[in-house]
Amino acid sequence: MDFELFTNILFATLRTGTPLILIALGEMVCEKSGVLNLGQEGMVLMGAALGFIAAVVTGHAGLGIIAAILAGMMMSVLFAFLAVTLVSNQVATGLALTIFGTGLSGFLGAGYVGMAIDGIAPFPIPLLSDIPFIGKVLFSHDPLVYLSWVMFALIFWCFRSTRLGLTIRAVGENPEAANAIGIPVMKVRYGAILFGGAMAGLAGAYLSLVYTPMWSEGMSAGRGWIALALVVFASWKAERILLGAYLFGAASIMHLVLQGLGFEASPNLLAMLPYGATIIVLVIIASDAAKAKLSTPLALGKPYRPQV
Amino acid sequence: MLNITLEKRPSDSKLMSYLSPIFAVILTLISGGLLFTALGQDPFHALYTFFISPLTDIYGWTELGVKVAPLTLCAIGLMLCFKARVWNIGAEGQFILGGLGGGYIALELMDAEGFWVLPLVLFFGALSGLLWGALTALLKTRFGANEILTTIMLNYIALNWLLYGVHGPLKDPDGFNFPESALFSDFATLPVLSDDYRLNISIFFALFAVAVIWALMSKTLLGFQISVLGEDKAAARFAGFKEERLIWFVLLACGALAGLAGVSEVTGSIGQLNPYISPGYGYAAIIVVFLGRMHPIGIVFASMLLALTYMGGEMAQMDLALPKSLTGLFQGMLLFYLLACDLLISYRIVRKPTARSTGSSSNSAQA
Amino acid sequence: MNQIELNNITKRYPGCVANQSVDLKVAVGEIHALLGENGAGKSTLMKIIYGVVKPDEGAMRWQGQTVSVKGPAHARDLGIGMVFQHFSLFETLTVAENIALSLPKAESASMDLLKQRIIDVSEHYGMKLDPNRYVHTLSIGEQQRVEIVRCLLQDVKLLILDEPTSVLTPQEVETLFKTLHLLSDEGCSILFISHKLDEVRALCDHATILKSGQVSGHCVPSETTTEELARLMVGDDTPLTEDYKKAEGDEAFLSIVDLSHQSDDPFACTLKNVSFEVKAGEILGIAGVAGNGQEELLNLISGEDTSAKETVFFAKKAVGNLTPEKRRILGLGFVPEERLGRGAVPDMSLQDNGLLTGYQGELTKNGIINTGKVKAFAQNILERFNVKAAGIHAQAKSLSGGNLQKYIIGREILQDPKLLVCSHPTWGVDIGAAILIRHELIKLRDEGCAVLVVSEDIDELYSISDRICAICDGELSPVAPTHDVSINQLGMWMAGDFHALNNENEGAVK
Repeated sequence: MDFELFTNILFATLRTGTPLILIALGEMVCEKSGVLNLGQEGMVLMGAALGFIAAVVTGHAGLGIIAAILAGMMMSVLFAFLAVTLVSNQVATGLALTIFGTGLSGFLGAGYVGMAIDGIAPFPIPLLSDIPFIGKVLFSHDPLVYLSWVMFALIFWCFRSTRLGLTIRAVGENPEAANAIGIPVMKVRYGAILFGGAMAGLAGAYLSLVYTPMWSEGMSAGRGWIALALVVFASWKAERILLGAYLFGAASIMHLVLQGLGFEASPNLLAMLPYGATIIVLVIIASDAAKAKLSTPLALGKPYRPQV
Repeated sequence: MLNITLEKRPSDSKLMSYLSPIFAVILTLISGGLLFTALGQDPFHALYTFFISPLTDIYGWTELGVKVAPLTLCAIGLMLCFKARVWNIGAEGQFILGGLGGGYIALELMDAEGFWVLPLVLFFGALSGLLWGALTALLKTRFGANEILTTIMLNYIALNWLLYGVHGPLKDPDGFNFPESALFSDFATLPVLSDDYRLNISIFFALFAVAVIWALMSKTLLGFQISVLGEDKAAARFAGFKEERLIWFVLLACGALAGLAGVSEVTGSIGQLNPYISPGYGYAAIIVVFLGRMHPIGIVFASMLLALTYMGGEMAQMDLALPKSLTGLFQGMLLFYLLACDLLISYRIVRKPTARSTGSSSNSAQA
Repeated sequence: MNQIELNNITKRYPGCVANQSVDLKVAVGEIHALLGENGAGKSTLMKIIYGVVKPDEGAMRWQGQTVSVKGPAHARDLGIGMVFQHFSLFETLTVAENIALSLPKAESASMDLLKQRIIDVSEHYGMKLDPNRYVHTLSIGEQQRVEIVRCLLQDVKLLILDEPTSVLTPQEVETLFKTLHLLSDEGCSILFISHKLDEVRALCDHATILKSGQVSGHCVPSETTTEELARLMVGDDTPLTEDYKKAEGDEAFLSIVDLSHQSDDPFACTLKNVSFEVKAGEILGIAGVAGNGQEELLNLISGEDTSAKETVFFAKKAVGNLTPEKRRILGLGFVPEERLGRGAVPDMSLQDNGLLTGYQGELTKNGIINTGKVKAFAQNILERFNVKAAGIHAQAKSLSGGNLQKYIIGREILQDPKLLVCSHPTWGVDIGAAILIRHELIKLRDEGCAVLVVSEDIDELYSISDRICAICDGELSPVAPTHDVSINQLGMWMAGDFHALNNENEGAVK
């Protein structure tokens, strides 16, 4: 394999991993607070659709990003209202969010299928991007890739050394106890869910404005679900999400690698790779049950409503 | 001053668990009306087009049956899984694999003649779905992998497998390079009830499955064990029910039923393999189960409603020039409203005065 | 001056009145007992003071000022600290992190400073704590210290302790009382919630007694007999003392032989070389503080967890590797600690909950359920064990703790077990039901059943066990006839000192 191809593959890996990082980081925060939101796929799709529509209508990709974040948050409010305020079953509600988001995004985006826009241009970081190899792989990306690193750093720091991180973890471990010592459990959970929605919306914008600047129905192709698996794979640790997302990114662009090596393979068979990889990963993590139990937020998925 | 709070009922309300789906449908209709109004349509005409016009003639009702059959088969299988709290989201993949596996046999037997062909094709379809379900069961019981995520992944893999088949080895050599298989022979096609309509005998498969599962869940110890496992895993273990076996059973049963639905679809109303053999029946069936209150009879009615949303989506596309994805939108909305209304099963809404915790408020009886 | 004064507090829940016009006064530096049996409304009243629950009526005065406590944070600002019965701790966080969460932001800004304060305060009050340890690695007694130190760090004026001694060994109780006396000498008021009369008489200056949500009396405990206190708690028509004859027992039915077990669960306790037997016609009691291996041991006896075949025997038959339903066929009956969510399915009817363990007899045939017989079985339990319920269709979760426990024990007893294993048989159960349950256990014993009781309630174990022992950190103490073991010695056993000699015979309970 020649060096340029190798560079390109690493570059593409980071690009492909970015939406997964955004979704998974958002979901991780949400799950740390004890809420399992299986609606990621729906929120991502809404973010992608509304981000694209806003970008087309206003002509500003930046406004598209804002619209996508808002769309993700609107969807997550819906989820939060049901799952937190109305103590509904979180699994069913998350599925509903995905079905609803898939339907609504398809409906709203129907008139925009096949349109082309410019998307968000890459922003090579001056000086750094001139470094051979590293410059191309790490510092010649679009702004959202850098933003994903900033978000990673923020979340890493938040759970490592802030009271906010401690509070979120407390709520996710034992909401009754948290309520008893005066932590506003419902507010913390709403906040975590909203943050997850914003991140999913942002990931949607990445897909429809950066990765492939266009809109098509169901374009997230299961990334929301893969991100959910990633959170488990990462044992709810931000640094492992980063690592896992790039591994998945690499698995998703295998066709590039194979073509580079001169192989011919059916695109449909290659498209199975990330999903198969996800299953393998799920098996690997689940095999260490004891460790999984120590890192899982104890109240994950359990509805809680304080008695007054 | 009054404020509204939720109060937990000491016992769940049976009445509310039946009323909740009705409330959900009403709320969905109201929201749908508002949506149509916002789109500049006459809401009553639009709702009529979506929900009533598909059923104004016999043809419409038979078409409803064509969609009810696969939905019911998938949903009744999912019901078993959900009763056991095995969150199998994989009916879609099991449906596709059933179609693909049965379709493959049908294509292999293109030149075969005899009445044994169809049963064989159906059997292999159900078997393919069952094996796809078995994969999930293996991953869950042997490796402890979360079934929600594995089944979703298996759905995507199944879809890509189907795409690979119809774009590759199973493509009709005389099909002008369309991604479709050849049409199956008459011996591998489900008989229709009447030559005027597309409704075929798969509707009886569905009704038969409903009856069997209903008897299983209400009359047998196996059904009871499935319910206990779903309600309370610790109690099931305490009572000595074999968790792994039950998980295997529900996933295999669901896989076989969804596989049967898939093979019935390709040997029935479609008649060949193509990339669109499922319009998301496996996902819609999830809504059917919840809407049908996890009860076989409820599932039949809920299947009819969900089947109607597919037909309504097509009507809206034809008559109102609205996108077909309206179907998914209505389905999602319905499930949302249902989950919200389900709150009323275990809570009631009470209006009560805010606490008078300050001042010299004293109990009137004591004053 | 009164530190706190409650007037006319009323709190209603759907279906019951938890507190009815309750008055309560606690003076500065006073140790005040709030007495009452399970379900009398003590916990609700405490939650009202602490702002977790809002009262429907009534007023609270704090240091002479009328206040309305908006929530736990507000209560802490006022100087009210609370130690919950079920600790409100976060197991995966460290001691310091747990404490930081309940302090105002400014005070927890520097973790190093906070850790030093934790060390200082805990040493001053004789409750050593390491701020860096994770809570799930602490013993129950140590976890309670975390709760108390958490309160002491914020200049507490009123410390509320909800049943603090129920999870401690007798020796730990003494240490706790010393700390509480020290606090009271420093001017801190203490509200001590309990249903243990001897402790209240030893510790408290005044007592308020609650019965069915209402105040049924006030007294000075040291000047009141245990008998009088008990009458105030339970009323006139309930028998107070039960005196059961001890039995010798017959052949061993259950034998545990050199059982060692390590669970996959990182929070679980490892069992080390446990050996004992339970004879037909005797009750063996195992005392111990929660989390010392009781759960793991019981799971291995019930078959919910399995071990090597030759470690568990039912009437000389090795069953260590058998599943629960096979052990049930051999005569096992089991009453687990968790009534809702293990012993009974909360959302299912009593009828279905009867079938839950009764499915092996004549209730089913060839896998088909005989609904008529299931109904009769459930109805029989209701009548025979005096279970108050709306009928066999009532959901298990709609029953009170005592009635549900009667139903579960009844279900097991009606299947004629040869071995009945009971975990915490009367925990959280009202006195009437508790007496009925103990009666039934004794009756079962007299009919020749082997009975194993695991409990944290030492008084109960002394009352019904023929032989007694204790479990600590996965190891079992020697087993001895109950009347040969003094409370003091049992306390040593519970703390893991199995070689403690029983040299003060006068302390032995007759």
